[in-house]
Amino acid sequence: MNNFQYSRANDVADVIRLLAADPGAKLIAGGTNLIDLMKENVERPSRLIDISRLPLRNVEETPDQGLRIGALVPNSDLAYHPLIEQRYPLLASAILAGASAQLRNMASVGGNLMQRTRCAYFYDTTTPCNKREPGSGCSAIDGLNRNHAILGASNSCIATNPSDMSVALAALGALVHIAGPTGERTIALTDFHRIPGDKPHVDTNLSTGEIITAIGLPPRGFARNYSYLKIRDRLSYAFALVSVAAALELEGNAISEARLALGGVAHKPWRRLEAEAALRGQAATPDHFGRAADLLLEGAVAGSHNGFKLELARRAVVRTLMQAASGTPQSQAHKKIA
Amino acid sequence: MADTTIPERIPINLVVNGERRALEVVPWTTLLDALRDRLELTGTKKGCDHGQCGACTVLVDGRRVNSCLTLAVMKDGAEITTIEGLARDGTLHPLQQAFIDHDAFQCGYCTPGQICSAAGLLAEGRARDADEIRELMSGNLCRCGAYPNIVAAIEQAMSRS
Ligand SMILES: Cc1cc2nc3c(=O)[nH]c(=O)nc-3n(C[C@H](O)[C@H](O)[C@H](O)COP(=O)(O)OP(=O)(O)OC[C@H]3O[C@@H](n4cnc5c(N)ncnc54)[C@H](O)[C@@H]3O)c2cc1C
Ligand code: SF4
Ligand code: FES
Ligand code: FES
Repeated sequence: MNNFQYSRANDVADVIRLLAADPGAKLIAGGTNLIDLMKENVERPSRLIDISRLPLRNVEETPDQGLRIGALVPNSDLAYHPLIEQRYPLLASAILAGASAQLRNMASVGGNLMQRTRCAYFYDTTTPCNKREPGSGCSAIDGLNRNHAILGASNSCIATNPSDMSVALAALGALVHIAGPTGERTIALTDFHRIPGDKPHVDTNLSTGEIITAIGLPPRGFARNYSYLKIRDRLSYAFALVSVAAALELEGNAISEARLALGGVAHKPWRRLEAEAALRGQAATPDHFGRAADLLLEGAVAGSHNGFKLELARRAVVRTLMQAASGTPQSQAHKKIA
Repeated sequence: MADTTIPERIPINLVVNGERRALEVVPWTTLLDALRDRLELTGTKKGCDHGQCGACTVLVDGRRVNSCLTLAVMKDGAEITTIEGLARDGTLHPLQQAFIDHDAFQCGYCTPGQICSAAGLLAEGRARDADEIRELMSGNLCRCGAYPNIVAAIEQAMSRS
């Protein structure tokens, strides 16, 4: 780890002031991603601004019947919060599918959204990587790319976003509340993460000097028909090869509303409104689910080692929608895939 | 350019296993290194140093965390419980006794982390059966593969608590 200065922030105004004063500064919340990357010399901040004591730890109901979740709510507290368990079980399930109990105790909601890719070359400072060192090249394109993207990638970077929580938030239509030197703003979670394009070193649309203050959830929680299915190399404590968040509203066997997002396949949670529109008004059958999967995966391209993801993703989408439709969501403890 | 001046040591207070400990740390000292190297509490183990094995698990204000990814300076004022602090008045913690009863270790390197993690799991109260114990203990790896015995030990402690 490099030497760095340490400041403890007491409120959001403090954070914005400290960020403006030191362009090399970084925020630290749970530290589970940043400290890891600092130990590898991938991140070398001149200063850490400790935001862990900011008063952003509440989960509150909003006047529109939605929720506002403070950026410092620990992942575990959010997953086990009664309002999340009862009204947004898809979110609870996705969070519990990620990391370990210890890490979830430490990790914050804001840090989870900001966590960086697990591409092995990004972590290895002896190899070229456009995300770590712009212009140096991408080692994964002709290298070991089994875990890499099949959608939305570019010639500069084929990394995936590793967050499970974000996949559920994308499906739920969550909002990201941000504060910065020019005031506050709110953007849709689906606009928060970027596709790499020719700027893979920029993961998100958060600007320098800004802080995530909260996540907003709209009233619709899809608490009856949802499922989060995560496919990985071992049953727990591993990042997704492919994951699916599915949420439905049904009238009888007819779908009145559908939400679908993929993890592990792109630089951001992958959602495509055409796939969801194709499900509305249709019967909840494997054929219709397969059609939605094809639309969601339209344009998917495999690299040399991840061709399996194309079929895996298609089947995982169909399976997850079946679980959602039948009201039997994937358990994150009992791992048999029903 | 990163500022290369070495920051002042920062004074912090920790309550470790019930005892108040004052120390001065540079900001990049992890809680794990502070416990082992500064406070000479070497029960807590360093395995991967990257959050991937759970050997460094301790309880901070009653919650289990990976001390290798925790900066000591950020925990100023916190209560820390390590494996050394679980026994009471010479009597082993029920989890320590259960690990002995079930032969839940071979080399023992992962054991302090396993036991602290299990103590966190019992406090959380979310595990009801063996599958849930396995899932909620997945952050603790055991290279000796003592998993079945570890689960049995936790089940014993759970049924008696
Ligand atoms: C071994 C291991 C396994 C894991 N497995 C999974 C998994 O399966 N699924 C999964 O989803 N995740 C997994 N994770 C990642 C984990 O979820 C993230 O590390 C965690 O969510 C990050 O949150 P944090 O608060 O610790 O962030 P920090 O490490 O404190 O910060 C991460 C980044 O976010 C920035 N940041 C933090 N808070 C804010 C804010 N409020 N506003 C703006 N920027 C902010 C920081 O500046 C930093 O750049 C794993 C991690 C480890 C170490
Ligand atoms: S895929 Fe992206 S993160 Fe990985 S080596 Fe290429 S540029 Fe770096
Ligand atoms: S040493 Fe901390 S998790 Fe391995
Ligand atoms: S007992 Fe040897 S690693 Fe677990």
